[in-house]
Amino acid sequence: MDFNDSPTEAAYREKARAWLAEAAVAHRAEHGEPKANTPEHMAAAKAWQARKAAAGYACITWPAAVGGGGGTPIESVIFGQEEGKAGVAYGYFTIGLGMCVPTVMAFSDTDTKKRFVSPAVKGEEIWCQLFSEPAGGSDVAALRTRAVRDGDEWVINGQKVWTTGAHYSDFGILLTRTDPDVPKHKGLTMFWIDMRDPAVECRPIHQMSGGREFNEVYFSDLRVKDSQRLGEVGQGWQVALVTLMNERLAVGGSAGPNYREVMELARALPGEDGPALSNDAFREKLADWFVASQGLKFTRFRTMTALSRGQTPGPESSIGKIISANQLQDLANTAVEMQGEYGILSGPEAAAGAAFQQSLMWAPGLRIAGGTDEILKNIIAERVLGLPGDVRVDKDVAFKDMPTGR
Amino acid sequence: MDFDYSDDQKFLKDEARKFLGGRCPPAVVRGVLDDPARSYDAPLWAAVAEQGWLGAAIPEEHGGLGLGRVELCAIAEELGRAVAPIPFASTVYILAEAVMAHGTAAQKAAILPRVAAGELIGALAVSEGPGALTPSALSARVEGGRLSGVKIPVTDGDVAHTAIVLAGEGGKPGLFLVDLTGPGVKRETLESLDPTRSVARLTFDGAAAERLGGAGEGFDLVQAILDRAAVLLAFEQLGGADRCLEMAKEYALGRYAFGRVIAGYQAIKHKLADMYVKNEVARSNAYYGAWALNDDAPELPTAAAAARIAASEAFWFAAKESVQVHGGMGFTWEVDCHLYYRRSRQLSLVAGSPRLWKERLVSELEKKNAA
Repeated sequence: MDFNDSPTEAAYREKARAWLAEAAVAHRAEHGEPKANTPEHMAAAKAWQARKAAAGYACITWPAAVGGGGGTPIESVIFGQEEGKAGVAYGYFTIGLGMCVPTVMAFSDTDTKKRFVSPAVKGEEIWCQLFSEPAGGSDVAALRTRAVRDGDEWVINGQKVWTTGAHYSDFGILLTRTDPDVPKHKGLTMFWIDMRDPAVECRPIHQMSGGREFNEVYFSDLRVKDSQRLGEVGQGWQVALVTLMNERLAVGGSAGPNYREVMELARALPGEDGPALSNDAFREKLADWFVASQGLKFTRFRTMTALSRGQTPGPESSIGKIISANQLQDLANTAVEMQGEYGILSGPEAAAGAAFQQSLMWAPGLRIAGGTDEILKNIIAERVLGLPGDVRVDKDVAFKDMPTGR
Repeated sequence: MDFDYSDDQKFLKDEARKFLGGRCPPAVVRGVLDDPARSYDAPLWAAVAEQGWLGAAIPEEHGGLGLGRVELCAIAEELGRAVAPIPFASTVYILAEAVMAHGTAAQKAAILPRVAAGELIGALAVSEGPGALTPSALSARVEGGRLSGVKIPVTDGDVAHTAIVLAGEGGKPGLFLVDLTGPGVKRETLESLDPTRSVARLTFDGAAAERLGGAGEGFDLVQAILDRAAVLLAFEQLGGADRCLEMAKEYALGRYAFGRVIAGYQAIKHKLADMYVKNEVARSNAYYGAWALNDDAPELPTAAAAARIAASEAFWFAAKESVQVHGGMGFTWEVDCHLYYRRSRQLSLVAGSPRLWKERLVSELEKKNAA
């Protein structure tokens, strides 16, 4: 057991590091360090992606023929680590390159692939994923956005929700209902769409955290060509499963303060009897957070080990978000409560730049996004432990006859 | 990155599972559980010695196999899974490891070959009563190489040949090797939560005692010994926790209620998913502990604490919720759930409770943070 790279991995890391050192300096000289969510930030992100693609560091595991790096999964992980250390990582392309474009590659003709894959790899075009709806969150297959055939075209009406990056995306993959007369999973069809079409409208969602990072997307008589269909009519669910399978491979850490930050706060904070850090109840929690964080970190190492050995990683990475989201909520709340009455402040007077208050308000979203705690536990129970699925009363019912509630 | 058992280590672990499947089925565990006169299963102990496991990490010059600590972790995981009723931890994780780390050449030569051959059982005698033991409360004394005092409880103290005893000498706490078969030692077997692992009161009255490690270093040495043992115990706990999850799953898949298997209900599915999550956190922390132990890394105190805390939590949760999933059957003597429920308590308490380890962990983090 060790944490060292194999000789080939070490050589790759050295090469990547050398490239990153030079490229990051050149990139910063050209673009500076613009604020997030500005046009300048987006321009910098696209330039960085293009630079990576030219050097074979974008989509490292994809074949060079489509613009990828022709490398291995472990090389991709190593580059990601080094890129993070170099401080030049941007998140705009994750969903497109991680989920949407692989779906396009799997289900479209040669011309479509030729048109879209390379520009996406180079960061010229950004993609979003249009699945969730007000009536279909955990139960995505209950979605209602309707696509009706009209000659060689389809006319789409409906609404998506919680679409990350819809407002800056150029294209999207859209899951629609094409046949309400069959059970829900059987009447779905997938399309790619142009997000700049005037029949597509993005409205930001005002979240409970105060921010507006996600969107609702409305379709009013959006017309798409039948050639924009991905997979067969009625096979949309099978196509969506391919998209979601790719989601699993994104192994990431979670944002927000961790045990170190809350420990620093507790060290400086007066408690009833000495600093808050000397409080036994707090110390016990701190130990638990440390152990869970280490558990996640070393679970990622286990996944990397499997990749390094050329094996398929086990299911252990499925524990990540259940732990990190709940821990963030607990840690933030403890940090806030620890401050006594002062903890209610969330402005510039607040401790640690209000980081804990922000996390407290953000954590509920984290427990829901990308699979709720409850859905993730179902996934572990069914796919990892092999337990039976839930009773499904809607399995043999035509979609149009399903009870819908609000 | 190579953060998992190697192929050879996996092979060793598979072989250990097969071996224990044959030699240590629940009937063997119950043989010790149901017979107050038996403190451990002697045939299993002899068989384990024959396999070379007792000397797995002991150097070849002292009669062992000279394997690494990760191999020992793999064996520990399987022993935990089988709830093996033998004094393996006291002898191997504590006595042998302590002598290898802190013993003189003569002590190594006297003890290690006998451990490897299965001729010598060890024990660690620290506690003198309920709660934590502080230097000022320590009452066992050594004067002129003779030990007096009472130690309670001492795991495997009724069958051990050699104990490591914490006692004061000239007002300074030290560790002492004591031959429990010699004069001046009275031992009584005591009732405990886990009768498959025996516990004794040791009363010393002038027993011969030989110092292990430096004078006055007693408490530090105990901690150093427990840091090593904690990692190995964590693997036993992990093995037990994994088996509890399996048993709960198997039962839930075969038990019908309200017209379908109870494994299909979310209340059960989510409980088993929670077990899985805790077990994986424990496994990843245990692997890190194995690395730190094997490499004698400076991170060992933190890694051992994290491994112990995660494994204690995982085994306790899996053991108690496995009873729950089994329903009324789980509460009977005949079903094996309580073997694990008992062992989960024994393993959590034997080398300092999780609370103590949490405090130790945070103290280490404070030191690291201040540095």
